[in-house]
This record gives sequence, structure tokens and C-alpha cells, in this order.
Amino acid sequence: MPVEPHQAYQRPAIEFKSVTLTMPVLNIADTDLGVITEQLKIKLKQAPEFFRNSPLLVDLHEIRAEQEQLDLGALISAIQDLGLLPVGIRGATEQQKKTALQQHMAVLPDHRGSGNKPAPALKPEVPKEELSVTEKTQLITQPIRSGQRIYAKKDLIVLAQVSAGAEIMAEGNIHIYGTLRGRALAGVQGDSEARIFCADLQAELISIAGHYRISEDLQQADRGRPVQIHLQDQALIINPI
Amino acid sequence: MARIIVVTSGKGGVGKTTTSAAIAMGLAKKGHRTAVIDFDVGLRNLDLIMGCERRVVYDFINVINEEATLNQALIRDKRCNQLYILPASQTRDKEALTKEGVGRVLDELSKTFKYIVCDSPAGIERGANLAMYYADDAFVVTNPEVSSVRDSDRMLGILASKSRRAEKGEEPIKEYLLLTRYSPERVKLGEMLSVEDVQDILSLHLLGVIPESKSVLTASNAGIPIILDEKSDAGQAYSDLVARYLGEDRPLRFVDEKKSLLGRLFRV
Repeated sequence: MPVEPHQAYQRPAIEFKSVTLTMPVLNIADTDLGVITEQLKIKLKQAPEFFRNSPLLVDLHEIRAEQEQLDLGALISAIQDLGLLPVGIRGATEQQKKTALQQHMAVLPDHRGSGNKPAPALKPEVPKEELSVTEKTQLITQPIRSGQRIYAKKDLIVLAQVSAGAEIMAEGNIHIYGTLRGRALAGVQGDSEARIFCADLQAELISIAGHYRISEDLQQADRGRPVQIHLQDQALIINPI
Repeated sequence: MARIIVVTSGKGGVGKTTTSAAIAMGLAKKGHRTAVIDFDVGLRNLDLIMGCERRVVYDFINVINEEATLNQALIRDKRCNQLYILPASQTRDKEALTKEGVGRVLDELSKTFKYIVCDSPAGIERGANLAMYYADDAFVVTNPEVSSVRDSDRMLGILASKSRRAEKGEEPIKEYLLLTRYSPERVKLGEMLSVEDVQDILSLHLLGVIPESKSVLTASNAGIPIILDEKSDAGQAYSDLVARYLGEDRPLRFVDEKKSLLGRLFRV
């Protein structure tokens, strides 16, 4: 039996909706493509998983007044080569807008205000000094004092306390068999499976794969007792053990 | 070979210089040849507390710069002939201290002295770093309040990572906690951290508790190390502390509230 035309209309094959998304914005502050690519490479190296195939908005307003114009086409290809997916531009000149449209990129209206803040980064700006880094599971038997920082490439096991004002980071799990009063950041390169185990939770801050919670947001019931912390649906879950 | 002790804290005004003067005098009175060095270049105080400010000719910086010999700069204490003071320079600043220079002076002192007490300046900058760099033992002076405890914790981190022993991978500096200006009455009222609270945060071997005492200020003003005031609580507490450091077993005193006369009468 042939399908009646009006039946086809009852089940629409498409629908327009409006959603609000959070998307990284790449602020361009230099017109030298070489410099931009070089610095971008360094940033991406710090958190490769976080940026892989990430959509990206390119903001050009800082260089709009520059005499020398940036070759937008070349910039977009360079960004794509680094594994990112630029989807649109803003703050562009008329010429750049044309280029963008030719490359099937969206041209977004200029934006001022809150969007100009640099992205909140709980990124490990892997510091060079006062930081001990090891390649294998790291074991620490001495108290970690205020102001000390520890970075473990894999798991980190601390048999003593972590003082207020100390910071321990691991790309994997963190186990603390003493009191945790400082900051503990697990999965700092984006491993959302990483966990924090701790014998006595009094932390200033806990974080897994960039999702963090500060002391003020800790439930009174979770404080001062043995807990494990993991990430579920982008939320930190604290369970007693 | 001498044992080098640094008296440090991070925070200022907690009693480092008072402690340095007291323990140096205490060690010397026990018959050990002791030198005490003021590392607070530019804010020279130790000579006042030791009561030898009128006998300063040359100082630590003169010795480092080889403008004077160590023997010319060392001041012998008038009360105890085993004790010598090496004053800081008042006209220079901490930049005048060099790692090599300090090392050279300490090496030379080590040949003839049993104990060298380094009175560290406050802060975590050059002066404090050089005072602790060559140390074997650290006396971390802490007041029973949160900011002092936090600063001591920071200092302990520096002791564990930036000293010569740490850099050379040797046995770490032995760290001792000295709780000063302790008032059991205020602890009871909940106005002050208790000994247990501080030990819980710092997890450190407690060498002694010095009670808050008016006699400390009186002694400082008179240029007499408080340990010589045998009648005062603080003086006795420092004597206990020195004895404990030398391996004697002394019970902890002055950590409980003093009983008033009425309290004693009604004690069951």
C-alpha cells in the first residue's frame, strides 16, 4: 500500500533545537604563524587527551588592529594538523571573515566580557623547580610539607601526612596513608579513571582529571575519615572505605 | 667534628634568638665548647640577648670577606668560658652571606668546637637558607598558633629538600620541635593550640615546651640568656630541653595549668 502523503508529515525526519555548549576558545595574540604553532604544540602536549578532536573557536580580536595580517587559511590548516577541529572564528576582519566562509567555518559575532577570561585551568603547568618527578610509581615515606610539590608520572603512594599548603599530583592514582591536609590532584593528564585514596580527608582541594572540589565544598561527614574519591559523570564521588 | 644546630622557624618573633642564646649557654654550661652565630645580617640581635653588644669589633661578614680572622671576631662569654658568640653585621644585608663563605667559617669552627648554634633570621630567603644549609640538627621553634605552625611546616619542607644533606643524599637533618610561649591556661580556654594539636599537624619529635613567661622579656632586656634564670619556668624548661637533647630523660613540665592556692587546697 502506498504511503499517504499526510502520514509522512506526522513523523518529522529533522528538528531544529537550540543548545548551549561550552567550547574552548583559542585567543590569538600574535600574527607570526610559526610562533603560534610552536606555543600551541607545547600547550597540547600538557594534556593531549583533553584537546584531541576538540572543537575550537578561534578568536582574532587581539590582532585585529595589527598592520600585518595573519593568513587565516594557513592558521586553520595548522590547527587542524595538530588534531583540533576549528569550527568558527570571531573578532575577525572583513577579509578574514571571507576566508573563513570559503573554508566553511562559522563567523560568530564579537564577544566581550566573561568570555575573555582565560579558561579555568587546573592544568599542571609542569613546573621545573621544587618539583620531584619520577617515571614509575612513586613512594614517599616522609611527610610532605607546606610548599612542597610532588609530581608522579604514574601512581603516587604517600605513607605520611600531606600538610596544608603542599601539593601532590599524579597522572594515575594517589594513595595517602596519613592525613591529607593539602591538595591532591589525580589523573592530571586527563585520566578520569584515576582515584584518590586517603586515610584521613582534611584536604584543601581534591581533583581528578581537572574536576575539583575545594575544602569548603566537602561534606562534614566525609571529613576526618578514610575515603576513596572517584569520578562519575564528571562529578567527584567521595565514598567512605 | 662539631654538631651544627640551626634554630629556625620561618615566622618572626617566635623566639629563635632567645632559644639560640639559651641553648648555646645551656650546652656550654654542660661543659661543651659551643659557638653561637647570628645569621640575621642587618638586624643584629643576638649580641643584645647575650649581653655582649659593647664588645663587638668584627663580625661574621668580616670573617666571610677575610677582613678579620675568626679569632678576632669571636667574643668569649664572660659568664661561661666554653661559650663564644659570632655576631652578625648590622651595616650589611643578607646578600653579603655566601654559601662558600659560610661553609668555610663553619668548617674552621668545627675544628675546635663541639656544638655550633646557628640563629636563623625569619623568612625563607637567603639568610634563613644559608643558616640551615650546613645543619646536622634543626630546632624548629613554633608558637602554638596556626600561622606559626604553617610557617614551621614550610621550613621543614625546605630543611628536607634544600640542605646540604638533602642535596648530597646523606642522612637527613634531625628535626626537633620546640614549642615556645605556651600558656596552659589559654589552651584550656581554647584560645591556643595544645601540644597535641601542634604535634598532630607537624608530626615531629617534641624536644621541649617553653611556657610563656614574663621573665623572658626581663632577661632579654638585661642581656642575660633566660636559661641562667634558674628560678623562672622558662629557664628551667630550657635546661630540661638541653638535657633532653644531650640524651637525658627529663619529664615534660609546665604543660599543665598551674594550680592556684585555692585549687590546691580543694584538690581531692
